[in-house]
Amino acid sequence: MEVDRADGRTRNQLRPLACTRGTLNRAHGSATWSQGETKVLAAVFGPKAGTKKNENPEKACIEVIWKPKTGQIGKPEKEYEMILKTTLQSICLLTVNPNTTTSIIVQVVNDDGALLPCAINAACAALVDAGIPLKHLAVAICCCLPDGGYVILDPCKLEEQRTKAFAYLVFPNSLASVRRKGSLQVEVEPVEHGIITSVTRGVMPVEDYLRCLERGRAVSAKLSEFLRRSM
Amino acid sequence: MSPMNGSGDLSSEMEVDAFRHLFPLRFHERHLLESIRPDGRPLGRARDTTLALGAVASADGSALAKIGCTTMLAAIKMEVMTPTVESPDEGCIAVEFHMPPICSPIVRPGRPAEVAPVVSKQLSDTILRQVVVTFSGMIDLKDLSLVSGKAAWMAYLDIYCLDADGALFDTALLSAVAAFCHLKFPMVSLNDDGRLVVVSGESKGGKSGKEAVNKEQRKLNLISIPFSLTCTLHKNYILADPTAEEESIMETLVTVVLDSSLRLVSFYKPGGPVLAFTSAVM
Repeated sequence: MEVDRADGRTRNQLRPLACTRGTLNRAHGSATWSQGETKVLAAVFGPKAGTKKNENPEKACIEVIWKPKTGQIGKPEKEYEMILKTTLQSICLLTVNPNTTTSIIVQVVNDDGALLPCAINAACAALVDAGIPLKHLAVAICCCLPDGGYVILDPCKLEEQRTKAFAYLVFPNSLASVRRKGSLQVEVEPVEHGIITSVTRGVMPVEDYLRCLERGRAVSAKLSEFLRRSM
Repeated sequence: MSPMNGSGDLSSEMEVDAFRHLFPLRFHERHLLESIRPDGRPLGRARDTTLALGAVASADGSALAKIGCTTMLAAIKMEVMTPTVESPDEGCIAVEFHMPPICSPIVRPGRPAEVAPVVSKQLSDTILRQVVVTFSGMIDLKDLSLVSGKAAWMAYLDIYCLDADGALFDTALLSAVAAFCHLKFPMVSLNDDGRLVVVSGESKGGKSGKEAVNKEQRKLNLISIPFSLTCTLHKNYILADPTAEEESIMETLVTVVLDSSLRLVSFYKPGGPVLAFTSAVM
């Protein structure tokens, strides 16, 4: 696969991002997020009273419903729901409203590659729109490894299908844009170096995975800038 | 826990149990400070693993895997089918993962476990991962072909969880791989209509014209065998192979799958942020 990608982007270039909040006026919070042609609409309802049966009543509960564009709900949708649920559980402040349920409904409007990161970004923006208390925001990115051994970011559907391995990575948003410059004294590794979620498909050597992580982290700073500007 | 004298042993046991149920996090953290876990394992040790091949006699390949108390039974049945037009010399594998109510008190007949379809999808991704350009999965689907364009094997892999005590994906993958290792292709022969049918092991003499298409019962060739390990991360501790109790109180769960050439097949981590990750990958 050549370095020049089908739509003329370089390896590290993302597709044009667009985010609008408040698209639905009956939902408590909603947002659409699009990366190139991939577009996802997320709506948040909550907090509602009561938690589900097996959940801890001392904490808030998060419920995710994933609606695909076409077709019935099957196992891939359940997996996406689970990943979204655990990711969002880790960024929400669950102890603020105990014994409540927040429902997040994700509707896929168009799928052109990197669907899960787009959905995570949309859900995060919708949570902010609804005013749910969060610890920090989450930015998600998809990195894929075509045959050449290098990393490309934000693949479109064709690239994703042709590649042998890809990884969805979610990072907390970087605080560098909030703190004043010069006050960053780091003794411990800062929070923004952590990964919230990582899902990989396909076989890849370990060094390639670490390279994906570095690249993803570098781009997450840009993404979080964009997120902050659109809020 | 302060040591009690002999006569107070029963009451001290009950106190430990009560503490364990009322404050599970503190109970486990007390153990972590001593670098040990409630069942006596050091932090990095997995539970005892046993594997029994051929557990189901009627299936073409089967295995029973146990990691600690988590038990999974995998069985494979083979059927002949016509391959699709797009890939005329490839077979097919269907993976199903079931969690019947026997496995855990939270699973009931009307309420399937949330985690079941997730594990099922992860398993099928790991076993089948095959891309158009390069091949990187465990099994070459071309191995499953009989007569190109006309007949191919369809393998139904069913995995039943008999006891769910943490590390479900690890045990399921282990039992699936073992079942594939144990798999022997049944013998087929061409019957009068020109279709392939499966014959039983004993040959019924006297039927003319029935020659077995594959005379020897061959085994399936596995290209690279994946291994997986699930760990939980809690503050700065990494615990390998958690039990269900540990999984439920610790928030972050990481599953790493490597294949026999030490390439990363999957790094699955839904959950909270982790600070030093390179140590976890190793």
